[in-house]
Amino acid sequence: MAGISASGAYIPRYRLGPETDGWDSPGQRSIANFDEDSVSMAVAAGIDCLRGRAREEIDGLLFASTTPPYAEKQCASIIATALDLRRDIFTADITDVLRAGTTALKSALDSVVAGSAKHVLVVASDNRQGAPKGEAERNSGDGAAAFVISNEGIIAEQAGFHTITESLIDTWRSAGDRFIRSWEDRFAIEEGLERILAEAISGFFDKEGLSVKDVAKLALYSPDARRHGQLARQLGFQADQVQDPLFGRMGNTGTAFPLMLLASALEDRAPDQLLLAVSYGDGSDVLGFRTTPNIAAPGSGLSVSGYLDSGQVLDSYETYAKWRDVWLTDSASRRPQAQAPSVTAMWRESDQNIKFHGAVCNQCGYVQYPPQRVCVECQTKDDSAPVRLSDKPGTVFTYSLDYLAGTVDMPLAIAVVDFEAGGRVLCMMTDREVDEVKIGLQVEMSFRKLRVVNGIHNYYWKAVPVRKAA
Amino acid sequence: MSGIKDRVAVIGMGCSKFGERWDSSSSDLIVEAAYEAFEDAGIEGKDVQAAWLGTVGSFRTGQPLAAALKLDYIPITRVENACATATDAFRNACYAVAAGIYDIVLAVGVEKLKDSGFSGLAVAEPAGADVNPPVPPPSQFALAATRYFHQYDIPYEEGKMTLAQIAAKNHHNGTMSPKAHFQREVSADQVANAPMVAWPLGLFDCCGVSDGAAAAIITTPEIAKTFRDDYILVKGLGLSVGAFGIMRNDWDFTHFPESVRASQAAYQEAGISDPRQEIDLAMVHDCFTITELIIYEDLGFSPRGRASDDVAAGTFSLEGELPVNTDGGLKCFGHPIGASGIRMIYEVYKQLQGKAEKRQLKDPTLGLTHNLGGRPGSFTCSVALFGTRD
Repeated sequence: MAGISASGAYIPRYRLGPETDGWDSPGQRSIANFDEDSVSMAVAAGIDCLRGRAREEIDGLLFASTTPPYAEKQCASIIATALDLRRDIFTADITDVLRAGTTALKSALDSVVAGSAKHVLVVASDNRQGAPKGEAERNSGDGAAAFVISNEGIIAEQAGFHTITESLIDTWRSAGDRFIRSWEDRFAIEEGLERILAEAISGFFDKEGLSVKDVAKLALYSPDARRHGQLARQLGFQADQVQDPLFGRMGNTGTAFPLMLLASALEDRAPDQLLLAVSYGDGSDVLGFRTTPNIAAPGSGLSVSGYLDSGQVLDSYETYAKWRDVWLTDSASRRPQAQAPSVTAMWRESDQNIKFHGAVCNQCGYVQYPPQRVCVECQTKDDSAPVRLSDKPGTVFTYSLDYLAGTVDMPLAIAVVDFEAGGRVLCMMTDREVDEVKIGLQVEMSFRKLRVVNGIHNYYWKAVPVRKAA
Repeated sequence: MSGIKDRVAVIGMGCSKFGERWDSSSSDLIVEAAYEAFEDAGIEGKDVQAAWLGTVGSFRTGQPLAAALKLDYIPITRVENACATATDAFRNACYAVAAGIYDIVLAVGVEKLKDSGFSGLAVAEPAGADVNPPVPPPSQFALAATRYFHQYDIPYEEGKMTLAQIAAKNHHNGTMSPKAHFQREVSADQVANAPMVAWPLGLFDCCGVSDGAAAAIITTPEIAKTFRDDYILVKGLGLSVGAFGIMRNDWDFTHFPESVRASQAAYQEAGISDPRQEIDLAMVHDCFTITELIIYEDLGFSPRGRASDDVAAGTFSLEGELPVNTDGGLKCFGHPIGASGIRMIYEVYKQLQGKAEKRQLKDPTLGLTHNLGGRPGSFTCSVALFGTRD
């Protein structure tokens, strides 16, 4: 037996929308902040999925994305470290195709069925960049989904699989390309999307002895809203069988897209429902899941709906363009060039910087960050235990709004955060509106990319106002 | 422990013009300050038996001091201790004389900040893992200002105006300091309405970033008598270094323990029990207006949370009960980091000798200097006390 035991998602706080000056689209789409990428969003979705769960259980992590920050260097290992998972787990990046999310899910299911793992975390995350003001930019969204695939505690059991592989150059990016490229729309849709999805889904039904009417919800990939409606109809689904694709609210989140729609469908908490997740890209994967009675218990994460409902529309397209580095501006303040970080120091400090471990003194119980060899309270030497602070709620004790620090999001909010569980950290804030930064503000920690120097993506934690469903 | 009180004397001091010294190198600034000190003491470079060079980033060793002044193979030590650098160079020089090792020594502080091409301080930190947030100095102290206003329930506008009055006072004093970087009156309204640098601190809440150097000649009181009648005695030296950073949840950000400890150590050496009554003038580390406000309380000049009352009463103005930063302070005299401590001593020295020109206070006999370096939670603080001879 194998299936989904937990699900979670992450959608960045910011959106482009009708109110955004310079953005000419009637709907909204989600956009990653300047310090977010596929890895940071995957960590956020992983946290959402693992809330209230023992992280030591996880035996493997698969990361699916077409936008991994590194071409050579695994990202799953960064995500596993940030999520504070065990060392003896298998990890892999599954990349290069929009189908990678369902491929990762299938691989995790196979591992669990084969008995090589009991619990595998799958995270799919994308922030694909369309050319400024183009169709791909308008229809895309940024986001991530996460599932734990398990052999117990299952809320949605695996219920069939079918796949088609066909090499097709309809949407692509080569090494060095910044923006998504695509071939003529009519060819790509008719000979690509429509033909291949029809083949994949009918193949699934034939194989499993099922038909369209057996499906409760269809989590269907599509590049845009219009094609999505057409496709579902052509495939024979009724409107109430189709999971809302969230165009006009979130957008096409690439590899994460069908997985986020699946997570969304799971939020209905209805047992004994057949859910189909259908991806597309060099073929198609169709994955069936049947919800179990376990699904009735409420999850503890925000998932898709919670993150959707806690968004903020950007005032200006210019801000977004600066975040994406497609609007090159003179730096607001003259600062020295950032130096490349020392990889040796990054490695040495991985527990405190990436796992965000503080230390709790075994003698006096004082929580301190970063971990100290000599206790800050009782001066006992080398007698402390690590304590994970990344998932602990905090409160702003004091702050500054800095206009000189040379950040993309001026002014830089610098905060002193006290954790509820003890411990204090001086950190940057992000995803904040200037007027909400106050003493006493409730914050949580979010894994973000500080900068890229010498090709090294340097990640660390920042404080964000607590995301809550409206 | 016998302490430093009355065991060493200052017989000569010099201070370069502070400011944007585009035309002068660090070595030029050293020559300018040191030769004024030599002349003031009536000695020559060859009379110096040992020297200490304080600089944060302009030199890596003590050797450039020998090179600039052509000192004759004497021992020279470079001292670096954040904004307390110059005072710590001075302190080490004092101890060498008090220990009886040398008769006449030189302490110099120098900094050349304006060659960087950046506004503000642009000191490169070692790279490391490079995850610490960029917290420029204005923000470090803005964290204290935000919390100070909150803790004492001070409305933003009122707090801004208190800070603005401190800047306006120092600007006024600066107009009477020919060597100061800024010598122009600025009104409290102008300060309060200046562009924001690190909320709630605006441009005029921040001190100047300057080039400069200052120098002191130190000897024993016995030898001092053979040079001049109006030598100045060191009465106390305190240095305190914070270890706890911001790792403690119980630290309030509205007092700086390093300032409290360093001043208490110096007061104890000097035998001071009521600093507000006994001290005639104080040169304190007003890197930002909020810093000066908190220092009033840390040094025991004002009760906790009440410093703004004293600001409003003019207690710390030139005509007030306890004049602070009579030469314009870091705010207007400027802040070449490694030079500032000895620049402060220079002003106290001149005031105690009655040579402070338009700024001259009436018969001061005891003066204080205070430097605070590093960042809130992990400061290095020096306090020094100076008195006239009996």
